Amino acid sequence: MLPTPSTSHVNYDQVYEPAEDSYLLLDTLSSASETAFLQRRFPQHATSPLVVEIGPGSGVVLAFVTAHAGRIFARRNVGTLGVDVNPVACAATRQTVQTASASARADCGVFLDAVNGDLTTAIKPGSVDVLIFNPPYVPSESLPSLPVHDEHDAADARGSFARDSHLLSLSTDGGIDGMEITNRLLAQLDVALSARGVAYILLCAQNKPEIVMAQVRAWPTRDASMLRWNVEKVASSGRKAGWEKLCVIRIWSDR
Amino acid sequence: MKLLTLNFLTCARKTCKATAASFPLHCREVELEQVEMDPNPLFIKNMLPRLDWKAMKGLTQELGLPQLPNEAPSEEELQGADGEPTQVLNDLHTLLMETSVVSGKLVCGNCEYEYPVKDGIASFLLPSHMV
Ligand SMILES: [Zn+2]
Repeated sequence: MLPTPSTSHVNYDQVYEPAEDSYLLLDTLSSASETAFLQRRFPQHATSPLVVEIGPGSGVVLAFVTAHAGRIFARRNVGTLGVDVNPVACAATRQTVQTASASARADCGVFLDAVNGDLTTAIKPGSVDVLIFNPPYVPSESLPSLPVHDEHDAADARGSFARDSHLLSLSTDGGIDGMEITNRLLAQLDVALSARGVAYILLCAQNKPEIVMAQVRAWPTRDASMLRWNVEKVASSGRKAGWEKLCVIRIWSDR
Repeated sequence: MKLLTLNFLTCARKTCKATAASFPLHCREVELEQVEMDPNPLFIKNMLPRLDWKAMKGLTQELGLPQLPNEAPSEEELQGADGEPTQVLNDLHTLLMETSVVSGKLVCGNCEYEYPVKDGIASFLLPSHMV
């Protein structure tokens, strides 16, 4: 077991606290089968991969991947970047990753930055090699509005209860079937991922993972060099009476 | 925000994505700082082929930083005969990894929208009518 990064500095009134879903992602990304997959996908001689986590929140997953790049990718020349819609989470992620990296200097990759943005909209097309997404997956009646610039300013002033709960709802509320945000991200993957790109996405049972996976398999190929989109369930947890609560799917393409 | 990060960012507006002018974003009224970072020579070497050299050269011009050569350095220029990192590689580390935008604006060359940077964090959230 690789150590879990410390997030004790994070204010959980404004940023999602690491939970079972976060830990399932840590276990998945450091599992023997996924490290073997990633090391085959990004061999030593290939250019440095860019890992982008969408919605890192506290930063625990991105910090884990950055601090243990040597173990996960068998190379330390790996870049990592976080994009969160919650500006408070961006600052939290930066601190969590920097702290974890400093305590794993012989093993750590290269953290670039945390930027405040909406999914992959600010990422240059085709640059993401490993995308990680622990989405707001809880079914909800409506979706919270995205913070805009003037609220970004307001976020500097320590907070009103209403603003805090708005920020937290961004990390949990997923609309219909808990899939509205995830569906937007899935629709962006084709553009965001590089030719060798792979995405790890966490889903809960109410998201209907089997249907999501069937949809991915039916995606049109991007160009003639792409053979097909693949998707596989690579981890699950919380089995109860044959029902699993959470799972992680891996999406990649064959060429 | 590290200068290297700008190699991976564009204007967040859908209509700009297809235009060449939306990359790289242009730095305006920025405050820079140098933040020391552990060197990772292999990272610079293996990231170099992914750099948009022309874009990076343009950025250094805009920021009034030491000029980059017209062409990206070759692999041989990054590593000395003794296997040690060369000055060229060390300079790239200083530029890409240690030179950071603390505050200012990142401006799209196509739509001229200004994305603010505060405390080293760039914000790409758009008002809903602009998405
Ligand atoms: Zn634009």
